[in-house]
Amino acid sequence: MSNYTINHLKELESEAIFVIREVAAQFENPVLLFSGGKDSILLTHLAKKAFYPAKIPFPLIHVDTGHNFPETIAFRDALVEKLGVKLIVGSVQETIDKGRVKEEIGADASRNALQIVSLLDTLETHKIDAAMGGARRDEEKARAKERFFSHRDEFGQWDPKNQRPELWNLFNGRKNFGEHFRVFPISNWTEMDVWEYIKLENIELPSLYFSHQRDCLVRDGVILAKSEYIKLKPGEEVINMTVRYRTCGDMPITGAVISNADDLTKIINEIKTTRTTERGGRADDKRAETAMEDRKKQGYF
Amino acid sequence: MEYQNMELLRFTTAGSVDDGKSTLIGRLLYDSKSIFQDQLDAIETSSKNKGFDYVDLSLLTDGLKSEREQGITIDVAYRYFATPKRKFIVADTPGHIQYTRNMVTGASTANLAIILIDARKGMLEQTQRHSFIASLLRIPHAIVCINKMDLVDYSEKVYDKIVADFKAFSSKLDITDIQFIPISALNGDNVVNKSKNMDWYKGSTMMYHLETVHISSDYNHIDCRFPIQSVIRPHTLDNQDFRGFTGRIDGGIFKPGDKVKTLPSGFVSTIKNIELNGEQITEAFAPMSITMTLEDEFDISRGDMIVRENNVPEMGQELDVLVTWMNINPLQLRTKVIVKHTTNECMAMIKSLKYKVDINTLHRIEDIDKLQMNDIGRITLRTSKPLFYDAYRRNRKTGSLIIIDEQTNETIGAGMII
Repeated sequence: MSNYTINHLKELESEAIFVIREVAAQFENPVLLFSGGKDSILLTHLAKKAFYPAKIPFPLIHVDTGHNFPETIAFRDALVEKLGVKLIVGSVQETIDKGRVKEEIGADASRNALQIVSLLDTLETHKIDAAMGGARRDEEKARAKERFFSHRDEFGQWDPKNQRPELWNLFNGRKNFGEHFRVFPISNWTEMDVWEYIKLENIELPSLYFSHQRDCLVRDGVILAKSEYIKLKPGEEVINMTVRYRTCGDMPITGAVISNADDLTKIINEIKTTRTTERGGRADDKRAETAMEDRKKQGYF
Repeated sequence: MEYQNMELLRFTTAGSVDDGKSTLIGRLLYDSKSIFQDQLDAIETSSKNKGFDYVDLSLLTDGLKSEREQGITIDVAYRYFATPKRKFIVADTPGHIQYTRNMVTGASTANLAIILIDARKGMLEQTQRHSFIASLLRIPHAIVCINKMDLVDYSEKVYDKIVADFKAFSSKLDITDIQFIPISALNGDNVVNKSKNMDWYKGSTMMYHLETVHISSDYNHIDCRFPIQSVIRPHTLDNQDFRGFTGRIDGGIFKPGDKVKTLPSGFVSTIKNIELNGEQITEAFAPMSITMTLEDEFDISRGDMIVRENNVPEMGQELDVLVTWMNINPLQLRTKVIVKHTTNECMAMIKSLKYKVDINTLHRIEDIDKLQMNDIGRITLRTSKPLFYDAYRRNRKTGSLIIIDEQTNETIGAGMII
């Protein structure tokens, strides 16, 4: 019987599809949080596979910070069109205009933390009871302790010390009124798994992930794209560089890497030899040793 | 593509406080070159700030603020690494008595358990508890690591004594494959690289075991079990008649053309097609997620199960279950609870509590009326509708269930059907 085995990518796919189907079955109003990054693109691809030939039976939510890469927005709209799935956009600009949050000031200002309020507002407006995200446990130390089905109280907060035990593949999505769940179907994938699978399945990605020429500046060792959302500090200069992105956040905080990798095979080879984590280029994680845990407790992705 | 054809091994680590679990995992990640430079920089800085003489590899796995403050692991943390041979998922679980529920959680999906023993202390109550849980949750393979050998002068005598003690204890357990390895996680002896300090040890390193242990027969490929997750009806012009049953195979091998029986209805039909995303699958087996269509149309919904006509699971409303209690409120008789089993969910009542297991002696303690948090005991559950199940020893998926508190919605018990 020993030839009845599947490889690790198929096993991870199978696990993720099981979780996505559980969400559709256990919740009334689930959504998929779509950031435009490769992980949420992968998640959308898995959701399509889970319900084929039917369409994805829940909408995508995108929290638009207003500082997104234009490539991300264009890609999002084309994908939604192709899949025939509903898109809900939550706007950070609107949250700021309503006076719900105050924009950070200074050269390092970022809308990263402001997204939390927009996201929670959007979930509440649409009475969402489960929001699936493409977070992975290998990304960051606080995420390593996250469950597949992660319970959030009525304030959208995560209590890491009081999580429900998660056994076998029995996922408990029961909750009281006003509470919701965050669900992470690709919890067990690593960055390498994601890239290998994208290649295996020939999944289309935004051009940002591949090597291209871009006007950049270097700040605290992080290569940032020159854009209207970022102010130059004294001594900083704009340099045209050959770069690509390993993750896809907001323009002012997502670091690029110098790279000639312009196809998936080259990217995979580059990752095999690389010596920093993909979030190593994220200025938002460098604010404090437990920056991610602090944001997650408040309701971050 | 070599990488794309690797097997996945899930293992759990268990040990007592301070016997070096986090250090061992840090060592595996470090020596297999799975640690990135920025992670290493971060823990080097932390180690220096704390005034340590060496880089504290355990900082790699202790993620939460309170853990860093106390220097202990509170919750299950999952770690990932790969060698050219295999990809690994590690469930790093805490050793403190009050966090046993996390150990059971980590053990429930593991192919292999690493049981750590401090060479200076030998077998402890915790070691026995962890070994018992590994056996109870039927983790097919175990590696017993006698750690901190550097602190007992790499003594063969100390090692032999602990191995003998463990064997005496484990003869009462149900783990078929146990390996013993003397290691020093701190110095890396016999973890990834063979130790130069223990010539007397002729066995292989821990990493070698992890890479080569035979796991493909860990699933049940004999009894066909397909619990239905949902029914897909696209309602589009192209697929007006499509009616697909989605789910993950829990046992056996399904092929198009096979005669199958659906439970609880008992209707018999033939598998028309097995697919995923429109791609045909010729043979489906655990743990694949699939969509199945049948030749005949009848009412099937979530919670039903597709099996073979001549090999059906147990069916009933009274289940004998070994339960690990996971809640601060004790288990009490006659309590109404919610049971989740495969894709089924129903009300249930705890009808009787037969005994509690003393995890030190493995003796049964009878005449009790409660199970406290972290207790393991045998109960009878009366369910509000029939469930289709197998004994846990036969199938870990169709033989397991969780118990949920009707009021708080918390998962309060983990059950294994006897």
